[in-house]
Amino acid sequence: MTAAVQVRPIIEARGLVKTFGRVVGLDGADFELYPGEVLAVIGDNGAGKSTLVKCLSGAMVPDAGEMLVHGEPVVFRRPQDARAAGIETVYQSLAVVPALDIASNMFLGREIRRSGPLGSIFRMLDHGQMRAKARQQLQDLGIGTLQSITQAVETLSGGQRQAVAVARAAAFGSQVIILDEPTAALGVRETAQVLKLIRDLRDRGLPVILISHNMPNVFEVADRIHVQRLGRRVAVISPSTHTPSEAVAIMTGALDATSPPAVTSTAATSAAVH
Amino acid sequence: MTEAQAAIDPAERFLHETTPLQRVHYILHRYPAISPAVVLVLAGLVLGAVNTRFFLPANLSLVVQQVAVVGGLAVGQTLIILTAGIDLSVGAIMIFSAIVMAASASTYGLPGPIALLIGLVVGTLAGGINGLLVTRLRLPPFIVTLGTLNIFTALTLLYSGGQSIQKGIPDILLWTGTDVTIGPFKLTTGVLLMVLMYAVATWVLRNTAWGRHLYAVGDDPEAARLAGIAVTRILLSAYLVAGFIFALTAWILIGRIGAASPNAAADANLDSITAVVIGGTSLFGGRGLIFGSLLGALIVGVFRNGLALAGVDVLYQTLVVGVLVIVAVAIDQWIRRVRA
Repeated sequence: MTAAVQVRPIIEARGLVKTFGRVVGLDGADFELYPGEVLAVIGDNGAGKSTLVKCLSGAMVPDAGEMLVHGEPVVFRRPQDARAAGIETVYQSLAVVPALDIASNMFLGREIRRSGPLGSIFRMLDHGQMRAKARQQLQDLGIGTLQSITQAVETLSGGQRQAVAVARAAAFGSQVIILDEPTAALGVRETAQVLKLIRDLRDRGLPVILISHNMPNVFEVADRIHVQRLGRRVAVISPSTHTPSEAVAIMTGALDATSPPAVTSTAATSAAVH
Repeated sequence: MTEAQAAIDPAERFLHETTPLQRVHYILHRYPAISPAVVLVLAGLVLGAVNTRFFLPANLSLVVQQVAVVGGLAVGQTLIILTAGIDLSVGAIMIFSAIVMAASASTYGLPGPIALLIGLVVGTLAGGINGLLVTRLRLPPFIVTLGTLNIFTALTLLYSGGQSIQKGIPDILLWTGTDVTIGPFKLTTGVLLMVLMYAVATWVLRNTAWGRHLYAVGDDPEAARLAGIAVTRILLSAYLVAGFIFALTAWILIGRIGAASPNAAADANLDSITAVVIGGTSLFGGRGLIFGSLLGALIVGVFRNGLALAGVDVLYQTLVVGVLVIVAVAIDQWIRRVRA
């Protein structure tokens, strides 16, 4: 318990509120992510998982509450703000442009220009450098099965597209990578690849926030599990202390989540271990 | 799929596990300019076989000269269609710019270069109005440009009183009609200007971030936004650049007909869309090549010219163009259905 206090969270959120008209997305949600961990965020439909993540990634601006990165207060108005803070997000939609090739997608919005006057005056892109870096990044993540880096993303399989989106995030994310339902549209083999990618990222020192419905996946890779319910965090549990059915029970409110002190303390201790 | 199968060289797998049709599909998907290029070559061969005069340098030169105006407009039209928009007002903007250029010099006595500059600014602003209506009021481009088509046409007629301007047009505005002889071909500087527009636009779309973003915005605006692209700014800039291109084409038009007429190039609006679509650019945005539109414009020009030489009635030429458009869009739909 005391150890947990000494490890400072990378990202913290306090009392986030976000409403959409009369629909409450977040109702005072808290959040912490510690260095080097895979934190899963689970919750029923409408529990506010996506809203929470969109606030953290700058895609939405919370109505109230505060967010801190390394203890410093931050305000993200646009996705670029979160990115500048080293937070990269792989959205459920993947946010890749189907008609563009792999390299163009990886550098979309952050293109590399040629050096010298060709780049500064004529704004000419350095396709060669971007392709080389994209290829390197995919190889680093063990995704070497693609035919060509100049292939349009729409010609890739679901798992390969996911890999491109994750590789883009990993290439630019210096603090944390957020994955929103990364396995929702994937088959068994592709899911295993993505879970391996998540572990690889953590082993390279990048913490990962994993939003998922899939309990077996969550229990396979997560170090801690943030349970979201009715717009709030109701518990933080650990796969080593709770079973998937207990997690589902807390998520749906079947198990009383008003006794989280005991639960969170176990979780905090387990976080400190990592 | 086993590991061994996955380990086969992708190129091997491509050749072994696909049908010839799938291979054609893949190649057309990867290189969208191929189908219009094939159509152009085939059309040339067939029409040339029907009437050997078709291949005479003088005739081919004529085709290219006839295509210059629609070809120029198609450059700007392609930019807009790539953003998943459409511009019905291209011809109206061009004619409005042409009248403004000619009137500035002949009615108001401004020097030629200044008149040209004013015309270019007016065209760019006209494109900007379309862009502002599309991005600020979030109206569909089809509706916006349907409205501005009528507005710019009316402004042109009000401003010119319905009269052509033939006298007092300065040399610089007529410069685009100057003959240029390249080998056996007799072209004009206006044709060269159009080709230059294609070269520059192709380079910009390929080699600048703006060009890549134009495709991204047209293909998937939400993905583009999440990637940090300022979507509305890209859209607005596309309409501004297109407006400038339409005004440049107005210059080509003045050189070609030797006057500025409010009634010239009445079919230019739809002809430019026809050229872009036949050139393989998708009306759904994000896919296509600027070069394809030049092929598209040439295809229309070649068909009209070749069928005329073959003695086919003008009405049938129009019918053929109509069939071409539908075939082109059908092919595009097929190409877009990619296998994963």
